[in-house]
Amino acid sequence: MTRTEFCAGYPITPSSEIAEECSRRMPLIGGIYMQMEDELGSMAALIGAAWTGARSMTATSGPGFSLMMENIGYAAMTETPCVIVNIQRGGPSTGQPTMAAQGDMLQCRFGSHGDYSIIALCPSSVQEMFTLTAQAFNLADRYRVPVFLMADEIVGHMREKITVPDRVENVPRRELAKGVLPFYPEHDLVPGFATFGKGYGVHVTGLTHDERGYPCATNVRLHHNLVKRLVDKVENARHDVADYDIINPDAEQVFIAYGAPVRTVQQVLHDNPDKNVGFLRIRTVWPFPEFALAQFKNAQRFLVPELNFGQMAREIERYVNVPVVSIPKLGGDLHLPSELTAALGGWK
Amino acid sequence: MTFEDWFRKDRLPHIYCAGCGNGTIINCTLAAIDQMDWKKEETVFVSGIGCSSRAPGYIMTDSLHTTHGRALAFATGVKMANKKLHVVVFTGDGDLAAIGGNHFIHSCRRNIDITVVCMNNQIYGMTGGQGSPTTPQGCLSTTTPYGSAEPAFDLCELAIAAGANYVARWTSYHVKELERAVLAGLQTPGFSFVEAMTQCPTNFGRRNKFKQVADQVEFIKSHALLKVKRDRLVEEGKEVPSDMFVVGELARRNRPAMGVQ
Amino acid sequence: MMRHEVRFSGFGGQGIILSAVILGRAAVMYDSKHAVQTQVYGPEARGGASMSAVIIDDEPILFPKVTNPDIFVIMSQEGFEKYGADAPKNAGMVLDSSLVHSRPQCRYFEIPATREAKQALKRDIVANIVMLGALVATTKVVSDSALEKAILDSVPKGTEALNIQAMKKGIELAAAALTNGEQKA
Repeated sequence: MTRTEFCAGYPITPSSEIAEECSRRMPLIGGIYMQMEDELGSMAALIGAAWTGARSMTATSGPGFSLMMENIGYAAMTETPCVIVNIQRGGPSTGQPTMAAQGDMLQCRFGSHGDYSIIALCPSSVQEMFTLTAQAFNLADRYRVPVFLMADEIVGHMREKITVPDRVENVPRRELAKGVLPFYPEHDLVPGFATFGKGYGVHVTGLTHDERGYPCATNVRLHHNLVKRLVDKVENARHDVADYDIINPDAEQVFIAYGAPVRTVQQVLHDNPDKNVGFLRIRTVWPFPEFALAQFKNAQRFLVPELNFGQMAREIERYVNVPVVSIPKLGGDLHLPSELTAALGGWK
Repeated sequence: MTFEDWFRKDRLPHIYCAGCGNGTIINCTLAAIDQMDWKKEETVFVSGIGCSSRAPGYIMTDSLHTTHGRALAFATGVKMANKKLHVVVFTGDGDLAAIGGNHFIHSCRRNIDITVVCMNNQIYGMTGGQGSPTTPQGCLSTTTPYGSAEPAFDLCELAIAAGANYVARWTSYHVKELERAVLAGLQTPGFSFVEAMTQCPTNFGRRNKFKQVADQVEFIKSHALLKVKRDRLVEEGKEVPSDMFVVGELARRNRPAMGVQ
Repeated sequence: MMRHEVRFSGFGGQGIILSAVILGRAAVMYDSKHAVQTQVYGPEARGGASMSAVIIDDEPILFPKVTNPDIFVIMSQEGFEKYGADAPKNAGMVLDSSLVHSRPQCRYFEIPATREAKQALKRDIVANIVMLGALVATTKVVSDSALEKAILDSVPKGTEALNIQAMKKGIELAAAALTNGEQKA
């Protein structure tokens, strides 16, 4: 049986093109596009659809992303596989609707209340918008978590050459085994999925629940164990879901980038092949692949260009004993190659 | 099968207070569903937050107990992604009309093929008795200590105006009528809205001079004005008493609906 | 190695972004090159000067934004002032002489695209395609046949003949500009 594809959306710059394309293409492949009354509704509808077995997604940007936060927490708590695309724009508030930013990197990780973990991927090209979207669905199904595709307005609106393969790998969601409780974790801490309409009679609640799915909201131990499992199932998989490239691991100066700034770093490395500059280029940003940092054994400092005031630089600082230099760029423009070259040059 | 076969027996006893009307409304709803010959595996209950929204947890089907106000948006996703499923939403006055008001309006407008049973106890019961959009003017609650100053919402008029195919209002006293109304709602393609006025002895009754549960039920019964009587009063140019609410089938029509299999 | 950075500017409604999309498509799909297309976008760009850009290269393009355009296609006076006036001396510009009255310091070609679209083709909406024809004829940034195929891919059904006619009109106007020695230093 082929799976339903479901997209719920609400127009918001600069992500509306995704809603437009989904509304045009979904009916052609037997999928559903629903334009909801707001982003709270979009996030809710895609969770509802996911429980019928559908592969579900939405796309939004800054203000809409903020509105989705409560139900993103619900998806984390209920272990609902879903994909949220954020074409990041300048914030806070309405900010710069048409300009690029990476200001939601911590919000995607921590934005809903309570403790939980998620997976976030950052594309830096049109090709990666395609491949990482497919990967996001597979990861969502594999780990039963919300998976974020954290793009930005530059990557989101850029047109460039891409190659679309004849076939995309589609990892099926692991169905709940017969006779097993619907929230009983398997060895990887991920429970099998009790698809609605198949006779499981599963009760899904955002309240703290036991392995039957029944609310037990005042059970101290049970809450601790549940939340720990929600975090551990993702954090334990950090090596499996990691996706990064390492260039010049012996270098003393190392750039770390994700999303659009990757392109500037690539240009700098291309233009200065003799400088022996290292580069950690990250696609899976959450969980953060801190073990990759250890491969730069000679690193004297890490340079982190971001379209924000150092959101991931702060994360990197937690793991290294050398200076982490945040190179922020706000306003919508990408760092120029000359700006990053200058940042290198100041080092002796 | 009877309605009792739909209960999730390992979840009893329930959390409802003694004298609460919600159990009556759940029974009426399940009795109606039982007459539909629906399979349990093809029936899904969805709810938001509040006393009403705990109902799906006691029913032996797939169910989503969601976030406050969003039940209808979740239900829309369930129904649109699998039209074979029969989707029934339990909600309350705060969940539906305050925080979830926008989803209510748009679900009616879409006329999506689900049935909504709203337990209107005119108060936020679970959080301890705060005023809601349906708390009558002058009534006391923990956040309207001097009497509610705001006009109350007429949820059925709202549903009719926004486009629902089936709209009815009864009470926890009128159990046979309520069951029949839910059944008619289940049978009507498109969005069906059944409002059940109900007593909340713990958080509404005891603050508003209903010493016994029966006092509030008696009040609800005596203030329910049959639609035919209301229509007659209007026809005769007589005043409709402002402290009464209309009960009966208020709309049944055949607007184009979404999500019908 | 061949690398060109092309900047288009005009006012909203002229098809400035579509022009860049067509040029990029021609390069990638039909000339086997690499291209990245970006734009300034949003309501501010609609009323005033709109801008889009294409980088065309034989190699994969790393930094995606146009920083040093060497080719300018300018279709409005405001667009000239905002995005064309600073064109360096070694750049080249194709300007719509029916709408732009300033002239740059660099080499340029005067193409009366809007006038000709209106008078010869009876549809001023295709002025941007006239400009694309002239751009390709004067710069060879993509091949004529690639441009033609990319135009056919991108325009609404039923308008193909009109748009190809517009492209040819642009090539013709550019040829006239070239042979008449009209290109200024």
